[in-house]
Amino acid sequence: MTDPIQPPAQIVVDRVTHMYRPPRGKPVLALDDISLTVQNREFVALLGPSGCGKSTLLYLIGGFLPIEKGAIISDGQKVTGPGPDRGIVFQHFALFPWKTVKHNVLYGMERQSLPKAEREKRAMDFIELVGLHGFEDSYPSQLSGGMRQRCAIARTLAFDPKILLMDEPFGALDAQTRGLMQRELLAIWQRSPMTVLFVTHDVQEAVYLADRVAVMSARPGRIKTIVDTKFDKNDPDIFKNKFFVDKVDEIWNLIREEAIKAQGKRT
Amino acid sequence: MIASLRSNFVRYLPLLILAAAWEIAARFELVSTTALPPLSDVVRSWVELLLDGDLVRNSAASLFRIAAGLGLSVIIGTIIGIGMAWWKPVNILIAPIVEVLYPVPKSALIPVTVIWLGYGDGSKILLIFLGCMVPVTIGAFNGARASEQVLVWSARSMGAGKLRVLWDVVAPGALPELLNGIRTAVALSFILLVSAELIAAQKGFGFLIGSLGAGGSYSAMYAVVLTVAFLGFAADRAYLMIAKRTLAWREAA
Repeated sequence: MTDPIQPPAQIVVDRVTHMYRPPRGKPVLALDDISLTVQNREFVALLGPSGCGKSTLLYLIGGFLPIEKGAIISDGQKVTGPGPDRGIVFQHFALFPWKTVKHNVLYGMERQSLPKAEREKRAMDFIELVGLHGFEDSYPSQLSGGMRQRCAIARTLAFDPKILLMDEPFGALDAQTRGLMQRELLAIWQRSPMTVLFVTHDVQEAVYLADRVAVMSARPGRIKTIVDTKFDKNDPDIFKNKFFVDKVDEIWNLIREEAIKAQGKRT
Repeated sequence: MIASLRSNFVRYLPLLILAAAWEIAARFELVSTTALPPLSDVVRSWVELLLDGDLVRNSAASLFRIAAGLGLSVIIGTIIGIGMAWWKPVNILIAPIVEVLYPVPKSALIPVTVIWLGYGDGSKILLIFLGCMVPVTIGAFNGARASEQVLVWSARSMGAGKLRVLWDVVAPGALPELLNGIRTAVALSFILLVSAELIAAQKGFGFLIGSLGAGGSYSAMYAVVLTVAFLGFAADRAYLMIAKRTLAWREAA
């Protein structure tokens, strides 16, 4: 495998409050006084019911939305906009439909002005890594959902961001593909750990993948608790493992009332 | 290859039947031959027009006007349309102009363009340019406005600057809508060209049709009408081929 060019870094979210301003109507408090730190090479899951603002928090860290109150520090630098130190993988892949798999994967490296030979080599390495060998010249529309997300992951890993932001990356996939992709992501991360912030509403997924799970409350989003979920993830019977089952249970109990609250608010 | 030839033959068979019906109706004088000269006479006139150079000279003049007017409208319309979608001030400045220009029958501008630029190429090119710019601008605007937020974010997070995003994400995303607008513009350019040349010109298809008709050479007039019809059809086919190739990524599934 190709070595990372730079060492991973950490994310500090410091008392961030965010108002959602719909085009018409009153602003809504989406995130309320959020503080969270993700350490170097740590895998943190951000878990919460839909509408709790977890994706919004990720977009703030990505620099896509303006930070109005509080601050976000990425790799020692205050976040003021998007940048290649933070790579992002979206739920619906966000591949360039007019580019082939290979040119999608090359895109980030081209923007970083890597030498051509190195770009080509890294592109091939990462296409191989995610199991898309033989599909270099396919367009996204010719790929299944799982393959599209593999391509999106390869594209983001290839330009070697220090931090990986993932916005429910497996949420649009069928159950079998999702399981497979979770295992592969974990394997890739274990081989070369990087700082990951992973948004999901799936408790099992969060416990399986992350070192720590930040549980968020229903709107307005707050960090309710952070649960330590570091244990041996390579146990072949992990889903029956007592520790795993207990952690899932514990988080379920935390999140159940939030899910009910979120439901109640919508009806 | 042979299969596609055969399917094309079957597809356009009705045209052949129409041509035969035309010939028969005119030959047996079921209709007045002044109103509808036999197709065979029209073909003969066409060959004569071709041999004495009239057709070539006037075609060249018309095609130059179309190429110039359409080419300008595509380049400038695309820039304006994407600019409107990308920068709000451009939109505020241009949108009302496009809105007002949109429903104006462009043929009403023929006398105006003649007053401005005379009977030559300039007035025709300006008219085609003004008329065709509207569908191109609207196509580019709609396409660029619909560019997906996550694609823009993706490109930005990989280190693309704003202009880079415009070129790499917004422009290709706008292409399908833009090409639709260009197709409308191609059809419109022929309409405007012939109308303008019929009213005020010294050469071109419209001029030729008008002067042949006024001189009573009806079979020759029909020959020119059919030539324009065929060129319009060929332009649309050529456009579709180019569009299909350009949008291969969409059809790939």
